[in-house]
Amino acid sequence: MSPDLLKLIFGRLGFESLPLHEPIVVGTFVAVALGGAVLLGGLTYFRLWGYLWREWFTTVDHKRIGIMYMILGIVMLLRGFADALMMRGQQMLAFGGSEGYLNAHHYDQVFTAHGVIMIFFVAMPLVTGLMNYVVPLQIGARDVSFPFLNNFSFWMTVGGAVLVMASLFIGEFARTGWLAYPPLSNIGYSPDVGVDYYIWALQVAGVGTTLSGINLICTIVKLRCPGMTMMKMPVFTWTSLCTNVLIVASFPVLTVVLALLSLDRYVGTNFFTNDFGGSPMMYVNLIWIWGHPEVYILVLPAFGIFSEVTSTFSGKRLFGYTSMVYATVVITILSYLVWLHHFFTMGSGASVNSFFGITTMIISIPTGAKMFNWLFTMYRGRIRYELPMMWTIAFMLTFVIGGMTGVLLAVPPADFVLHNSLFLIAHFHNVIIGGVVFGAFAGINYWFPKAFGFKLDPFWGKMSFWFWVTGFYLAFMPLYVLGLMGVTRRLRVFDDPSLQIWFVIAAIGAVFVFIGILSMLMQFAVSFLKREQLKDVTGDPWDARTLEWATSSPPPDYNFAFTPVVHDNDAWWDMKRRGYQRPLTGFRPIHMPSSTGTGIILAGLATAMGFGLIWYIWWLAALSFIAMLAVGIGHTFNYHRDFDIPAEDVIRTEDARTKLLAGAK
Amino acid sequence: MSTNTHAARADDHHHDGGHAHGTFSSYMFGFVLSVVLTAIPFWLVMSGTLPSKQVTALVIMAFAVVQIVVHMIYFLHMNTTSENGWSMMALIFTIVMVVIALSGSLWVMSHLNSNMMPIHQMSGMK
Repeated sequence: MSPDLLKLIFGRLGFESLPLHEPIVVGTFVAVALGGAVLLGGLTYFRLWGYLWREWFTTVDHKRIGIMYMILGIVMLLRGFADALMMRGQQMLAFGGSEGYLNAHHYDQVFTAHGVIMIFFVAMPLVTGLMNYVVPLQIGARDVSFPFLNNFSFWMTVGGAVLVMASLFIGEFARTGWLAYPPLSNIGYSPDVGVDYYIWALQVAGVGTTLSGINLICTIVKLRCPGMTMMKMPVFTWTSLCTNVLIVASFPVLTVVLALLSLDRYVGTNFFTNDFGGSPMMYVNLIWIWGHPEVYILVLPAFGIFSEVTSTFSGKRLFGYTSMVYATVVITILSYLVWLHHFFTMGSGASVNSFFGITTMIISIPTGAKMFNWLFTMYRGRIRYELPMMWTIAFMLTFVIGGMTGVLLAVPPADFVLHNSLFLIAHFHNVIIGGVVFGAFAGINYWFPKAFGFKLDPFWGKMSFWFWVTGFYLAFMPLYVLGLMGVTRRLRVFDDPSLQIWFVIAAIGAVFVFIGILSMLMQFAVSFLKREQLKDVTGDPWDARTLEWATSSPPPDYNFAFTPVVHDNDAWWDMKRRGYQRPLTGFRPIHMPSSTGTGIILAGLATAMGFGLIWYIWWLAALSFIAMLAVGIGHTFNYHRDFDIPAEDVIRTEDARTKLLAGAK
Repeated sequence: MSTNTHAARADDHHHDGGHAHGTFSSYMFGFVLSVVLTAIPFWLVMSGTLPSKQVTALVIMAFAVVQIVVHMIYFLHMNTTSENGWSMMALIFTIVMVVIALSGSLWVMSHLNSNMMPIHQMSGMK
């Protein structure tokens, strides 16, 4: 075939795009291909495809979508953590003239992919998954406001993840660092597909994130059960509301910045170039207007989880509910006033730097108030040291350290010394792992019995806990030391042999965390095998306080047979106090949304379009775009959007629960 | 609508909860206003009535702001009571965010411009 025709059909894609010269990638590919083949073969052999398609892929049930988000987050955690292990290994070995085992081309992709994956495809899905699962239950709703949109949002997030994963085996990923600063990310310095993978993965996933933000705001504002005023909402719902407001307000900025960058790369505009009036600094400014709220998007729901867990496991009402809500709202607003602290050293001058330094320090005040609220909730409580509470205490200890180094970095002169050093790396891992990851794990251990009807195994949970916590300190405390000594981030080889010992300790820490992750997978497996022993028949295994524990574990499709009526902050606690009796008669048909495959099809087409744009396969991009429009318009003619669960089915489900509850007594 | 017990309605074809609807005359009034508000800036640019380009640009910006308000009141039916005040709250929040992002960016970028940019490139920034 002529080269022109090949180029028309395959764009930039050719055999030379496959990274066959990288033995590590080839090895990974073989392992992934074998594992994938086993998985697909297993699904086919056990005839699970139909079940998966009907019950999971096309579902609009917020609970199942929430669980799928969690699975996505955990799978991507394995990928992101593999990158982390590789970096720790490289930095431990590359001393005394050794080049380590990763070449520069590969190493730069590894640290970029690690950051992108951990933020966008681990932390975001874990947080969104928990919000999706828990919020409708906490406010006594039957689903989110727009169930189809929810399914679509999830699959768009998966689409972005698929593009990032594809970059490992087809072509390469960006070598720019996780925010792809120009001019390095401009076409002149990054002419290959890496940055395009970055752009389109984030654009596809970003659509999902923004839409799910709109969906959850609407759900919380519109679908609260009778009696639940704003100031009677559980704290997790409050923090979710603020997080989703932040998502809706900030993700469009990311979308626009990336769109401008792609215009620079694709059609030769000069928004962020060095020449013709372009300003790379504008990119840095804009992306942090999104980037700083993003960290609060991640950590606010974690704060909500800790609030629920602390009050449940201390057996007390949350101390200072009102101050907690106001602290959350204040953080929401303030998170928009601090973005410049990510680039103090870019040269804005003293007045700008002082303003943003001071606003940054102010943010620690509401955060500190929250910390004291949790402590006072525990004070004189009957604390039960179950796994969620253990993660919460580990969070409180760890996050305070991360917060203090954060305030230190907020002082502009100190930042001039420490910026871009491993001190910064240690700081943000300290708050993200200590805050978001520990929060997600507390949430997983806390709500797992609600989602699956059995508790998680405590032995393997504790193994995971201790390996994670000690591993974290071993891995990141040396980085503080190295950062204070002036070691900068993203280095591949080192000259000074006296630094090596710290990198060895950090690598040992990473191995500990790895054991922690494996223990967590083991915990899931063991709990599944011991599910009869760990069974929760009451629906309220922790003697908890909020509405999600009023229904069965796992909840029926319709969540609540009758919409609950709320009179108190801790609605379920209040119902238990007043001797609430479950209604046993009078069930009626329940109106529910129907499943649809449109979401997964649209997201698949969006992913194909992204792939076409990355490789300059224009016909594929155009075709999938037109197909998306067609499918989207076609879906508006789908009138089978809802159905009624017959009263008999409701009666059968509720009677089964009555028997179960009677057996438990 | 907060008392809607059919929480999981996939179809939201009933608009009983606080949506304001415009009348024909209010839509027409809004339409005429927005046409006028578009025509004046157009005329300003085409005729070059105002002395400097900068003044013209500022005047056009002012008209754009008025235009936004007209659209919100006459086409999006923004008022303090719709959706129990949530619309107004969302609007205020949006304005706060936009003002922070725009004024902050202008402030930061002007500082960076004067501190960091070589003189010969500054003309390109305008």
